[in-house]
Amino acid sequence: MTADMLPNLYVFLLATFVGLEVIRRVTPLLHTPLMSLTNAISAISVVGALVIAGRAETSLSTFLGTVAVAASMVNVVGGFMITYRMVRMFKGRDQK
Amino acid sequence: MSEHVIHFIYLASTACFILSLKWLGAVPTAKRGVIVGTLGMALAIGGTLLEPTIENFRFIAAAVVVGTIIGVPMAMMPMTAVPQRTALSHAFGALAATLVGTAEYFLHAPHIARFTMGALAIEVILGGLTVTASLMAAGKLQEIIPTRAILFRGQHYLNLAVLGLAVLIGIYLVIDPGAWWLFPIMLGLCLVFGVLLIIPIGGADMPTVIALLNSYAGLAASMMGFVLNNKLLIVAGALDGSSGLILSIVMCKAMNRSMANVLFGGFGSASSAQGAGVKGEARALTPEDATLVLQAARSVVVIPGYGMAVAQAQHVVCELAELLEENGAEVKYAIHPVAGRMPGHMNVLLAEADVPYEQLVEMDDINPIMETVDVAIVIGANDVVNPAARTDESSPIYGMPIINADKARTVFVLKRSMASGFAGIDNPLFFNENTRMIFGDAKKTLQALISEFKNS
Repeated sequence: MTADMLPNLYVFLLATFVGLEVIRRVTPLLHTPLMSLTNAISAISVVGALVIAGRAETSLSTFLGTVAVAASMVNVVGGFMITYRMVRMFKGRDQK
Repeated sequence: MSEHVIHFIYLASTACFILSLKWLGAVPTAKRGVIVGTLGMALAIGGTLLEPTIENFRFIAAAVVVGTIIGVPMAMMPMTAVPQRTALSHAFGALAATLVGTAEYFLHAPHIARFTMGALAIEVILGGLTVTASLMAAGKLQEIIPTRAILFRGQHYLNLAVLGLAVLIGIYLVIDPGAWWLFPIMLGLCLVFGVLLIIPIGGADMPTVIALLNSYAGLAASMMGFVLNNKLLIVAGALDGSSGLILSIVMCKAMNRSMANVLFGGFGSASSAQGAGVKGEARALTPEDATLVLQAARSVVVIPGYGMAVAQAQHVVCELAELLEENGAEVKYAIHPVAGRMPGHMNVLLAEADVPYEQLVEMDDINPIMETVDVAIVIGANDVVNPAARTDESSPIYGMPIINADKARTVFVLKRSMASGFAGIDNPLFFNENTRMIFGDAKKTLQALISEFKNS
């Protein structure tokens, strides 16, 4: 596990810089959908939760994992849906 | 299924997330951005389910159903409730990270490598405090708990002591991962710290704090990636973390305050209200007279604030704007970065009311032309148009960038009463020569203006 420590740190570092560069260019007009989208993306925790819940190693881990799957699914479903609802509302003059 | 396939699926998912945020950058591509983001998440979930170690699908299916049942209504909430909804979803995201971290710890302790344990401790500390802090923020935004900042003696020391102790325990666990009884204490301290963190935060500072919590929830997910050795989690979490960071910096700059000042300042509490004090008389105007002025106006700028959201006035604002445009006036909306209760709050409300996005203008773009504006209509905004921020060095908001409403030829302020704004600071704009106050509920006032306009 520790063998991957450095590559993982590199990935984290680069992803942070990519994030800063990409997000910096987002128009302030869309800051609310942006927050809602990144919130939905951070529901990526569902990956870890699925593994823990699915392996069912101990009853504690299965319980915690299952609750975690439910909690992150709230954001997966709700997050992307409301973001789509929001961005659809932004219309230009010619689209009216 | 071969492990390589899963890795390639994760790689594709990572690319989707980056493209998603890139496309969300501008209105024309924003929809595509959301769709690609959804695709990325579908790939991530699908890929994970291929994992051969996952055997128990019954619990997973039940959890997915429960999550969907809660998630769909949360996506259907009205746009005015978006700030509290966002805070609530930060809590859900952080909860997932915290629970996974806790499960991982109790599965593997004491056989956890130091670096992994460090990441795990950060995951649980950030996750835990974000859960309770987000719930508190959602409660304040929904006004279930008092929105004003609450300060008490020794507050900062107490907060620092609680967080410091949690961090010390985290460090101890890195040295001795077998001390399992310390883990729940660390988690408990973080949950308490989350509550303490939000107690001194007033409503006006919510945009910054929500952005910060967004960042923490992302970082917790990223740390989970280190623990599980999963690069998809690391990248997605880091994207979220940097997004929250940028937004909170933007918010801080828009208030000319440091992050520390937002978190510890207790801005918006009764005790912080000061400033030189304003003397003079406010001039009131009836909707009938206001209509006459508006009919003569060639350019009108609407400056909305949180009060517009409270009065649910965005649709009537839009209706009035359309009448003004039919009358030949040019109408723009000037949006201050911290107007409302979360970044971009006003834009979403006005877009919902069918305002074309070209009309939504940022503060820095509107200020240079403010002197050429005939009428500025301030609706439910106060501190973001307070000229004391420019002129009065003793004012607590001195130095904060504001929309220069006072420079317009005529300023209409729609307001319930002469009560001061959220920060409790007097606003000299209300007493200016060129300012007219139109008292009453913003929505009713606007409706009165609309019917006057139509009748004349």
